[in-house]
Amino acid sequence: MIRALFALATALTLATPLRAEVAIQEITTPGGINAWLVEEHSIPFTALEIRFQGGGSLDLPGKRGATNLMVGLLEEGAGDLDARAFTKAKESLAADLSYAITDDTVAVSARFLTENRSEAIALLRQSLVAPRFDAEAIERVRAQVLTGLRQDEKDPRSLAARAFDAMAFAGHPYASTHEGTIESVSALTRDDLLTAHQGALARDRLYVGAVGDITPADLCALLDELFAGLPATGAALPEPITPAFPGGIHLTEFDTPQSVILFGQPGIDRDDPDFFAAFVLDHILGGGGFESRLMQEVREKRGLTYGVYSYLADRDLAFWWGGSLNSQNERAAEAIEVIRTEWQKMRDEGVTEAELNDARTYLTGAYPLRFDGNGPIASILVGMQMQGLPTSYITERNSKVNAVTLDDVKRVATSLMSPENLTFIVVGKPAGLPAN
Amino acid sequence: MRLFAFLLATILPVAATADERVTDFTLDNGLDVVVIEDHRAPVAVHMLWYRSGSADEPLGQSGVAHFLEHLLFKATDTLEAGEFSATVARNGGEDNAFTSYDYTAYYQRIAADRLDLIVQMEADRMRNIHLTEEDITTERQVILEERAQRTDNNPRSLFGEQMNAAQYLNHRYGVPIIGWRNEMETLDREDALSFYKSHYAPNNAILVVAGDVTPDEVRALAEKHYAPIPAEPTLPPRFRAEEPVQNAERRVIYRDPRVAQPYVNRSYLAPERDAGAQEKAAALTVLAEILGGGQTSVFSEKLQFDTQTAVYTGAFYSGTSLDRTTFDVVVVPAEGITLEAAEAAMDKVLADFLTEGVNPEQLDRIKMQLRAAEIYARDDVEAAANRYGRALTSSLTIADVQAWPEVLQAVTAADVMAAAREVLNRRQSVTGWLMSEEATQ
Repeated sequence: MIRALFALATALTLATPLRAEVAIQEITTPGGINAWLVEEHSIPFTALEIRFQGGGSLDLPGKRGATNLMVGLLEEGAGDLDARAFTKAKESLAADLSYAITDDTVAVSARFLTENRSEAIALLRQSLVAPRFDAEAIERVRAQVLTGLRQDEKDPRSLAARAFDAMAFAGHPYASTHEGTIESVSALTRDDLLTAHQGALARDRLYVGAVGDITPADLCALLDELFAGLPATGAALPEPITPAFPGGIHLTEFDTPQSVILFGQPGIDRDDPDFFAAFVLDHILGGGGFESRLMQEVREKRGLTYGVYSYLADRDLAFWWGGSLNSQNERAAEAIEVIRTEWQKMRDEGVTEAELNDARTYLTGAYPLRFDGNGPIASILVGMQMQGLPTSYITERNSKVNAVTLDDVKRVATSLMSPENLTFIVVGKPAGLPAN
Repeated sequence: MRLFAFLLATILPVAATADERVTDFTLDNGLDVVVIEDHRAPVAVHMLWYRSGSADEPLGQSGVAHFLEHLLFKATDTLEAGEFSATVARNGGEDNAFTSYDYTAYYQRIAADRLDLIVQMEADRMRNIHLTEEDITTERQVILEERAQRTDNNPRSLFGEQMNAAQYLNHRYGVPIIGWRNEMETLDREDALSFYKSHYAPNNAILVVAGDVTPDEVRALAEKHYAPIPAEPTLPPRFRAEEPVQNAERRVIYRDPRVAQPYVNRSYLAPERDAGAQEKAAALTVLAEILGGGQTSVFSEKLQFDTQTAVYTGAFYSGTSLDRTTFDVVVVPAEGITLEAAEAAMDKVLADFLTEGVNPEQLDRIKMQLRAAEIYARDDVEAAANRYGRALTSSLTIADVQAWPEVLQAVTAADVMAAAREVLNRRQSVTGWLMSEEATQ
């Protein structure tokens, strides 16, 4: 059943005449599943993006890594097919079925040909509804997870991410990796995986985006078939957390020639009326590639890094302002000093009219470039639904960017930027790092 | 099986029609132009590929091709340093560049109606860059930071670099694209400008424009901006020192305290795709899938399912290369399995495969996936632009690129076995062990 046939062709008039011609149809199936669809019949396949909200953060106490291991086993045998038979069936259909996990979601991405769509969906359904969790498969995938965890212990980037998470999110699932620890993963049982499956793959936290060679009626039938039999409700989501940023530089010594540096400070909620001003501010600071102030000061003028970036992080249960770079040990202290200086300078002085104009023209011009393939569009559709955005956001988004004024940016720079909270996590053997 | 045969029959014509989007022509100054149409979104990708990469560098100047790539974002006669990228960004576009052994490429992704400006700027920096000593000093630090990030901080990369160096005794593929650190530290303005002047010319370049464009539009833009640049009459011949016949197997042991998971890597010298003669490379492409292309591959079956010898196995072959490439096999041993045992198990799998031959059902599944890949590929015009650019800078032709899916489909089990017997010869191989410092093996 199609609730609303909502076709929209947007006209972005300001900086570029480029149009994002994305005609989104909002669909509710007879079985009650909501989905967004863009029909694109010129290539005979469909890209289907499925998200279950919750992800690794749903792990029960003492069972860290259970959801991750469960997701790793979805393609390792289902229904009457063992792991090898399942893969052979998938290969014979030339369907791409992939299963991924983040702290916030279980993500299932599927690409299948029009010619064998029903067979591909039947196979995908088995993996979601009836995974086998065979003992042999559990041990094989568990060994792969443990290998990854052992590698992480000697990888400076992973060590830095772990130190950052432990500092910012103490007491919350975000404080540790959803892959678990060697101890917790080693102790997981088949029952733990069944519990994780029931908790994470539930219909009350389901989001669907589809793009390709499929009609609304066919998609409705497909989705009802796909998800029938999944539990109606899943495990309780954890509470949101306000990340802690105590300021200073926190070093983990590790013998490697180049330091990995992560930094962060409090961020801003996506629903905040100042979000777009902060978004533009971040773009000018470090979000905008070569033209950003951090890239200009740290890389282009001083050659202290190959790349430095900042971003406004927007997870389901926390938001913050983060960034990262690598810098060789003898130069890392100077790189940090330059970032601190730029942070203070932007807080005190804001940005220039020219910087704001450049940011606006880039952000509004680059936005339609994202909609350039079935797969990318399907990901955007499902992401928008998870953020609670309406389909009309695609047309309205650029006017929100253009509405940001110099005063808005300056006000948000003063209120949001917090040099005393700006916290650096360093992994390496940097020389001459200033004390906290 | 009947369903399977039906699917093959219905999909084939689709793959055959996919190439109608491609047009090509050559300007009088020698610039080759390829246009790939995809009008689904009002976006264009503009790429300029030079038939020069790290394997074309002078001795002692490893990394200069990549260094020059960085320096092309500095000033020209008409643009200030950084103005190129800033202008692209101001027009809502994205730009970058990349260097490999056989090519250096520059690309922009932008609204199709902004192409004129982009083409003008890219044509400008083909001949008109201005480098200061300060540009050199700062950007050399940047490439050293890049090397630290990609290679020095990563034992697997350092190991791969040593494997390549051992594999190629005489050919420049043995020297890393980013350069050896000791040589990178000495690269100067003269080195960069010398490489620039001798290699950056229209008769050494390929323009690929893909997306919401027509061949007529692209021809007009190319005539306007690239045609006025004269061909370089003294373009150096693309001379590469050839690899001699390898008649002794080589071994590399790389120890690093940052290694948590040891593994074995075997590389064999292997033929590449050649213009009009891609059959052997196609057989090797299929062989890599058969041996190490995932859960149902021979290595996975024997070492991860039938026995628990490995936590990961893989086989890799990339045939798009100007000169001889490699066929690689990797085995990551399970807990408690030594590298020696893992290597012995790997060799037994290979030996058994050479006697047992190809499972015909597996070959059918691989061909089905290759066919479907052609359909999925039509969703990504930028990837198509990359395919043409890489092929054309590796001495392949547009006809070769378009024939490739059919050449792959024509591969027989006998072809695969012939290629396997030719390439999987230990006397023409390097075997590497990546180990932790503690030598627990």
